[in-house]
Amino acid sequence: MSEIEKGRILKINVLRFDPNDPSNLPHMQTFEIEEAYGMTLYIVLNMIREHHDNSLMFDFVCRAGICGSCSMLVNGRPTLACRTLTSKLGQNITLAPLPLFKLIKDLSIYTGEWMRGLNERLETWIHDKEQELHIDKLEERMEPALADEIYELDRCIECGCCVAGCGTIQMRPNFVGAVGLNKIARYHLDPRDKRGDEDYYELIGDEDGVFGCMTLLGCEDVCPKDLPLQSKIAYLRRMMVKTALNN
Amino acid sequence: MKKTIDKIPARLDFLQSVTGLILAVFIMGHILFEASILISNEMMYKVTLMFEGYYFFGERYPGIISFLAAAIFVIFILHAGIAMRKFPASYKQYKIMKEHSTRMKHEDTSLWMIQVITGFMMFFIGSVHLYIMMTQPENIGPFASSSRVVDEFMGPLYFMLLLAVVSHAFIGLYRLALKWGFMEGKNTERSRKIFKLLMKTMIAVYIIIGLASLAKYTYIGITHDFSDGVKYQSQTIKFEEHK
Repeated sequence: MSEIEKGRILKINVLRFDPNDPSNLPHMQTFEIEEAYGMTLYIVLNMIREHHDNSLMFDFVCRAGICGSCSMLVNGRPTLACRTLTSKLGQNITLAPLPLFKLIKDLSIYTGEWMRGLNERLETWIHDKEQELHIDKLEERMEPALADEIYELDRCIECGCCVAGCGTIQMRPNFVGAVGLNKIARYHLDPRDKRGDEDYYELIGDEDGVFGCMTLLGCEDVCPKDLPLQSKIAYLRRMMVKTALNN
Repeated sequence: MKKTIDKIPARLDFLQSVTGLILAVFIMGHILFEASILISNEMMYKVTLMFEGYYFFGERYPGIISFLAAAIFVIFILHAGIAMRKFPASYKQYKIMKEHSTRMKHEDTSLWMIQVITGFMMFFIGSVHLYIMMTQPENIGPFASSSRVVDEFMGPLYFMLLLAVVSHAFIGLYRLALKWGFMEGKNTERSRKIFKLLMKTMIAVYIIIGLASLAKYTYIGITHDFSDGVKYQSQTIKFEEHK
């Protein structure tokens, strides 16, 4: 009988901090976990909580890259823990919460509040006065190709990786970030949304909007859903400049 | 009533790109023309004559160079003024960006830090160079330029300027292409890779060409006997004396 192959011993360094405990200061804590075949960070964190320290806090819901809860900095880069295989990483793995968002504790952050603020600011819903007045009216039909194109952008799970990966928004927290610009691109495509280019310009036509983007492309490179952020932001930039020149 | 929108942010963004593009194209030409010294002194002299309008008007007008330098200076100042908006505005912002860049180990973010540093450097060294070109347009030539590099201590300044301007220009062009979606095609990952490779190649090529020309000017500046002045006497082109 062949011997069962022993996995590597992973050293997981976690940035721990409880902002609600006045005596607690941010500090690193290291856990040792034996690697198993096909292991993800989701499994690692659950093992730590189960066998080492049950006070460690982190967020998970779907464990399949759909809910966007488990976004964190893995070796300094924002990504989804559930989609990160330990086999792709070195023996030392450093985990930290995403910056900019409200910290709940350890790796757990409150993205919801921030995202809600963004959605309210950019009014990310269909604007159609007529439809509001006649709620029994049938929705306009659209071509499947267009529906697919909208759906492509609608895949955003608001995990916050693009926000944490963006240098611009770290420096200037008022910047809308790729998540916001992607949403505007999505509603701009949608024929049911009756907002004109000028309306969109009012939302993102300034230095907190598309003209604040410095094309560092952190967003494009860290987006776990591979959204076409680079080309959509470029598209919005062209569109907004055109709107300003035609006005 | 028609809605009024504030068009200034759009104009500024567009103008930053346009002025940057003009300056980058200018630099690409500039470094190549000045590298004519690598072919021969005579060749560099002919290029100088061309820019002084000799081949168009039959006479030399160094004022043309003054005018060109002034025009570039204006675009340069405009570009610097607009692009300055993107600089970190406080130590706190700088620190956040620096830490973010160190933590992320993300090439395009690090390249932006280089843009800020080289841009800032050029506020000073670029201005010195442009002002001299504007005020002393007649002192360009195989010997006059070499004398400036060696005897007037412009060598170190040109060296720094070369490194700064070449990296700034090509990183800028790369970013410009991605920013506006220029030739991005269906597969942006692929086009971006090509642009990045192109950027790195061009930086290497231009720095090599630039350093080689600077070395040649320095060599002439050290070895040439300037006791007859800095004017170059061409073997083939003779000027008629105007009396």
